Amino acid sequence: MGWARKILRVNLTEGTCTSEPLNMQWADEYLGSRGLASKYLISEIDPKVDPLSPENKMIMSTGPLTGTMASTGGRYTVVTKGPLTGAIACSNSGGFFGAEMKFAGWDMIIFEGKSPKPVYLFVENDRAELRDAAHLWGKTCWETEETIKQQHQDPQIRVSSIGRAGENQVLFACVVNDLHRAAGRSGVGAVMGSKNLKAVALRGTKGVGGIKDFKGFMAATIAAKKVLADNAVTGQGLPKYGTQVLMNVINEIGSLPTRNHKDVQFEDAAKISAEAMHEKRESDGKSQLVTNAACFGCTIACGRIAEIDKGHFTVVNKPEYWGASGGLEYEAAWALGAANGVGDLEALQYANLLCNEDGMDPISFGATIGAVMELYEMGVLTKEQIGVDAPFGSAEALARLTEMTAHGEGFGVEIGQGSKRLCEKYGHPELSMTVKGQEFPAYDARGIQGMGLTYATSNRGACHLRSYTVASEVLGIPVKTDPLVTEGKPELVKAFQDATAVFDSAGICVFTSFAWTLADVQPQLQAACEGDWSMDKLNLVGERIWNMERQFNMAAGFTRKDDDLPPRLKTEPAKTGPAKGLVSGIDKMIPEYYQARGWTPEGVPTEATVARLGL
Amino acid sequence: MLKSLHIDPAKCTGCLQCEMACSYEHHGVFNPSKSRIKVFNFEDEGRKVPYTCTQCAEAWCMKACPVDAIQLDAATGAKVVHEDICVGCKVCTIACPFGTINYVHDSGKVQKCDLCDDNPACAAACPTAAITYIDADWTGLDKMRQWAAKANTNTGAAAA
Repeated sequence: MGWARKILRVNLTEGTCTSEPLNMQWADEYLGSRGLASKYLISEIDPKVDPLSPENKMIMSTGPLTGTMASTGGRYTVVTKGPLTGAIACSNSGGFFGAEMKFAGWDMIIFEGKSPKPVYLFVENDRAELRDAAHLWGKTCWETEETIKQQHQDPQIRVSSIGRAGENQVLFACVVNDLHRAAGRSGVGAVMGSKNLKAVALRGTKGVGGIKDFKGFMAATIAAKKVLADNAVTGQGLPKYGTQVLMNVINEIGSLPTRNHKDVQFEDAAKISAEAMHEKRESDGKSQLVTNAACFGCTIACGRIAEIDKGHFTVVNKPEYWGASGGLEYEAAWALGAANGVGDLEALQYANLLCNEDGMDPISFGATIGAVMELYEMGVLTKEQIGVDAPFGSAEALARLTEMTAHGEGFGVEIGQGSKRLCEKYGHPELSMTVKGQEFPAYDARGIQGMGLTYATSNRGACHLRSYTVASEVLGIPVKTDPLVTEGKPELVKAFQDATAVFDSAGICVFTSFAWTLADVQPQLQAACEGDWSMDKLNLVGERIWNMERQFNMAAGFTRKDDDLPPRLKTEPAKTGPAKGLVSGIDKMIPEYYQARGWTPEGVPTEATVARLGL
Repeated sequence: MLKSLHIDPAKCTGCLQCEMACSYEHHGVFNPSKSRIKVFNFEDEGRKVPYTCTQCAEAWCMKACPVDAIQLDAATGAKVVHEDICVGCKVCTIACPFGTINYVHDSGKVQKCDLCDDNPACAAACPTAAITYIDADWTGLDKMRQWAAKANTNTGAAAA
């Protein structure tokens, strides 16, 4: 089987670590990672719990393909009730930490309670213990990882940690592993901080054995890797340009949200694009991009390793940022750039480095800065309140506000509450570009209609990774649909949501789905895992996971009215580009989507649906 | 014709497929900690470098072994550890200047790259051809070709 069949339960209040067998019936029903960890969480916490209270739990979980030779098989998820949204939070990360958890012999780690003082969890195969983290508290993710490796005299340890943002319970704080990979969204890092858990350090030497049919598994993974290599997106576009390949594409189709979604095209998009990262700078003759990089087991290698311009105003006196480090992905480049009207690539990289260093989600952070800048331009917020002049397009403001938020200084504390709370506090809730309290990612719902429905119905608040219909509406994967119409989108979104739940729960990266469909994943799961993993079963599992998350959110207090977009996207037409004159057709799509889902007009799964899915 | 492993670090993405393939080939599990090839990540420079035994002609490990457990496989040129003979004294691990032979406490023996009986799993698994298995006498061929490609062209003439 692909599972280690063992989970580690860490009670932070009591300071205990205990081993439990994995519930194999649940594994058969929810697969692993996102699905299985959510099942555990939902079974163990009150949906109304305060996310930052000791009664909330946080689970780090692998999937059955994590730690195997399946391409991209290195993912893990952090599942908890999210403080930014109050909804289920499930943030997925690559790097090497997830595979190491599996190699140590654990499918997942459940954290409960709250430690009376800062601690970190150290796991070496079967041995697990909480250790004092007084010397780590106040340190960045980077310092924490380095300190733990030095302290244990073992460079092969893998570390996942929170930086100062998580400690300060910034509501969009991440959990960062392997220096620049992150379980980024919904504030899972704030939950970790609320539990006084600074880091998890793992060393696993057991490996993944027990694959049901090793020979069949190797054949299936080799065939699937060939599909990735032969595909133009996963074989060429992503390795060369990373996700940033999208910047110019999305700008051209008029769906690049700009200046807090006032515009849908950014005049400086080319300056912050993948192509710009490849270009040699005038200042030092070097390109910002150093190389691409892979997460564990990934044969795509979309990761960016970049070097900032040493002479740029942000780092001229800060040599600690001069080395190669995690570079801009599309979402970060958009949120730190277009969303604020900032076209300075080096300033974006500086902000990106700080987000990695202290563990902040650049999407929510950047989008919140967009709201701050709009409030500043309206005169609602002043320089005195913010601490800096903050008009749209100011790279200086971006850099300073990133420092303030990451370090918990001044107005940065308010930014750390996210755009919903900030806009409400200053009397303009309509300017918060969020769903369920979580900021939008990098696609405008007017120019790509399916993404509006994706955001409105995402179980973790606005998110592109729950059903990436951009693949179909823009790139034509697996079939091309018209991004400007609502027809067919409810069914499309449902299909993407259910399939994505399976990708996430298997322990692989959703980027494989540029080339793979579930039919490419199925033979790998069937060879790795005991039991029936037919296409019918996988489709059912995906839909079951989606509905389970939905039921949790309804029990947490969400209703039909929370499946909605901000008024700007429904009443202010796109000003330029192919979508000029269009608003989001969300009000038309929602009832159709509920119907496609087998939900009542109020968005509640019907009894028949619940019974069909075995919930 | 003898072949040898050839490593081009510039092509390595750091995915560790090679480490998993090695551990699967020799131990039947996916387990980088049991791999005989290791990928080193020099974070600050953005460089990743796979490293393993080069099968030295005058192999220090082979010469140092007091019980002759390390023997030449004439067909591949690999210096192969014979586990039935190895006593786990670790002298070879001291003798090897490159650190590519290591003790495995599970088995009580040492392990090193054996070229997988002329079909290295690491090279087969590498998605970017950073690790290849090529004519041992012509490991420079690719570099020569790159220079040759510049000759007798306008660019080449200009450079000359």
